[in-house]
Amino acid sequence: MQNGKIKKIWNLLDSVPDPEIPVISVVELGVIRDIIYENNNYEISITPTYSGCPAVKTFMDDIAECLKNNDIKNFLLKIVYSPAWTTDWMSDETKDKLRKYGISPPSDKVVCPQCNSSNTNLISEFGATACKSFHKCIDCLEPFEHFKCI
Amino acid sequence: MNKILFKYTLRIADSSLILGQRMSEWCSKGPTLEEDIALSNIALDLFGQSNGFYSYASQIEGTKSADDLAFLRNEREFFNHQIVELENGNFGDTIVRNFLYDSFNFLFYSALKNSNDETLAALATKSLKEVKYHLRHSKNWLIRLGDGTEESNIKVQKALDNIWQYTSDLFEMDAIDLEMHDQKIGVNNAELKTKWDEIINLTLQEAKLNRPSDGYNASGGKKGIHTEYLGFLLAEMQFMQRSYPNAKW
Repeated sequence: MQNGKIKKIWNLLDSVPDPEIPVISVVELGVIRDIIYENNNYEISITPTYSGCPAVKTFMDDIAECLKNNDIKNFLLKIVYSPAWTTDWMSDETKDKLRKYGISPPSDKVVCPQCNSSNTNLISEFGATACKSFHKCIDCLEPFEHFKCI
Repeated sequence: MNKILFKYTLRIADSSLILGQRMSEWCSKGPTLEEDIALSNIALDLFGQSNGFYSYASQIEGTKSADDLAFLRNEREFFNHQIVELENGNFGDTIVRNFLYDSFNFLFYSALKNSNDETLAALATKSLKEVKYHLRHSKNWLIRLGDGTEESNIKVQKALDNIWQYTSDLFEMDAIDLEMHDQKIGVNNAELKTKWDEIINLTLQEAKLNRPSDGYNASGGKKGIHTEYLGFLLAEMQFMQRSYPNAKW
């Protein structure tokens, strides 16, 4: 009974897109750490990707709105710092979605999402968002972003 | 309230916030677009880190919010290391200041992540991941500038000579540090010096820069004693909350 309720919340949150990279959900991003149901209340633990990521506030609001739209009002969103968020939590399926969207997924070897070449140059360690670095492919000459491994 | 733990946490938060504010001053003034984004991203990381530590300090203190701590204290009530409040100067000055501090910060969080205090350990683990990037950024730039043109070498050497006096303060241990270290909560900063020297010496060698000799050392940030720069920084940073108390977005 309780497990079904919790699973429903996980499924709902899986429909909330990452505000910066809308092809993946906040669940796929790995920021939802735990959902427990206690005293008629859902407690949802969320961890930030980067300490100062401005998207955190946005996806907290999006999550709250999604739950309210589905008539769930008895919930509490809690920020947790441990264990620290890591790109290791991303599944291969999620990485595939990033690649198709044009972002080189987190991996030790940076691969161009356009032509799959690993002959690339780092332009800047800091891309348009805190979680990405900026690169250029030497083979197809296209610039692209890479999801940093942390 | 655990006053010692509160003050220890507050100091960490203050150093992150003040350096974050300095980095944010670069926003829209970076030497290239990519670099502008990098400097602003570092500012965001530092603000995020300080928010984590302020929130914990606020929880320990019990009456003031994280925002109160950041925006409603005066100069003498800030306990950051003096090095982080130094003005940005030219791009080389900023890189030198940050490199010297990032090297310390990296070692500090590497040690604090083993703290007996779960919250400090968690915040340090999180911050360390980001500070590694900050250090790589300032270190790579220092090498490029030091081993760049004659002019860039002269400028960063001058910055190094000027800022050097603020580094020994990073490794001082006062009563609060000793007490926290005794309780296995805090870091023994003095012990970090050997590894810091290694990072500095190797990098300076690669950057073709000379390590300045030790002379007069500025210190006192942890006691609330600051350079003349901090007051101006706070005046700008705190303007909104001071002029329009309790203003909200």
